[in-house]
Amino acid sequence: MTEKNTPLWEVFIRARNGLSHKHAGSLHAVDAEMALQAARDVYTRRGEGQSVWVVRSSDIVASDPTEKEVMFEPTGSKIYRHPTFYDIPDDVGHM
Amino acid sequence: MYSQGLIGADGTTHEDEEFLTAFQARIDAELKIEPNDPMPAGYRKTLVRQIAQHAHSEIVGMLPEGNWITRAPTLRRKAALLAKVQDEGGHGLYLYSAAETLGVSREELVDQLLSGKAKYSSIFNYPTQTWADIGTIGWLVDGAAIMNQIPLCRCSFGPYARAMIRVCKEESFHQRQGYEIMLTLCRGSDEQKAMAQDALNRWWWPSLMMFGPHDAESTHSDQSMAWKIKRFTNDELRQKFIDATVPQAEFLGLTVPDPELKWNEDKGGYDHGEIDWNEFWSVVKGNGICNRARLKARRMAHDDNAWVREAALAYAEKASVRETAVAAQ
Ligand SMILES: [Fe+2]
Ligand SMILES: [Fe+2]
Ligand SMILES: [Fe+2]
Repeated sequence: MTEKNTPLWEVFIRARNGLSHKHAGSLHAVDAEMALQAARDVYTRRGEGQSVWVVRSSDIVASDPTEKEVMFEPTGSKIYRHPTFYDIPDDVGHM
Repeated sequence: MYSQGLIGADGTTHEDEEFLTAFQARIDAELKIEPNDPMPAGYRKTLVRQIAQHAHSEIVGMLPEGNWITRAPTLRRKAALLAKVQDEGGHGLYLYSAAETLGVSREELVDQLLSGKAKYSSIFNYPTQTWADIGTIGWLVDGAAIMNQIPLCRCSFGPYARAMIRVCKEESFHQRQGYEIMLTLCRGSDEQKAMAQDALNRWWWPSLMMFGPHDAESTHSDQSMAWKIKRFTNDELRQKFIDATVPQAEFLGLTVPDPELKWNEDKGGYDHGEIDWNEFWSVVKGNGICNRARLKARRMAHDDNAWVREAALAYAEKASVRETAVAAQ
């Protein structure tokens, strides 16, 4: 068979207003319109969504997994970014 | 269905000791493995095989039940069955997507099913002869699937575990609608009750076979347990299923077709008769009643709809060329 592969899309769903869109899964579709319809059928059969985004998987730019340490390690030592780093006497009350 | 996915799975792997020890330590710490993480080749291979076979089972599983959609006895039953079969299609799609994260394409996976290279659960090679079979499938087959799939929600591979959580949420409706069909038949006329009993007689043993061979025969099970792809052995899950299902059969007033079935106080579970493993292996090897019909139906669907895939791709290409031309003006 000489058929071309159908492109892959990532599906993001907002469950309800007030929440952000969250990755729900992926699917194959030839274009955006078909991707949206398929996302509706595959991922929102029980009222899971108020809004759907579809993005071509090939358009997603991801961090390099082999550079995980360079990328995220520096924040590990910066404990002064957390509120618990600072000593406030109990007498001050909740802060 | 899903422990059958491991039949013939070869978890052999060739990484060095240090790599494997580090990987095992992550697994033992209950850290999830995500698609881009380093993983042993054997882990990847085992998962692709198991997830793909699980996906194929969902898709082929649509056929025996689809057979009854146009003949459902009421509109309520028809709507429920239609929704259930559509769910199974969805389960197949979630699972194919999870397998694809491991670097195999959808087209390859579908090819493996259509060429007969990949297997699917043996249970779907049995025919659905009466309406009671639809009730029995929901009750027993989806019931067994749930037993298998709940521990898979904690599988060490993230995408598979996430797909299973979605699937499990949807499965409980499947089992309940099946049991409700059985209840209605068992409270109906003598003929209806006999039909329910006949369906149980035919589906009981094949349902037990869904859990796969005995632990002693299940060669690659240990590696899958160590990698936490699998959390319980085949026999453990089968026992759980029997213990949960026998009281449900009693409630219906039906007899489980196993004269050796007996409550064992000491083990706190039922003892049961021996499964006909010759039948099991014969179905797995392609000689069940419906193996050929199932593959034929899948191939026909794929071939007959090739023009739709081609047309959709051609349309999308044309539209994008037009868009580029308009943008250039
Ligand atoms: Fe399913
Ligand atoms: Fe399933
Ligand atoms: Fe199901």
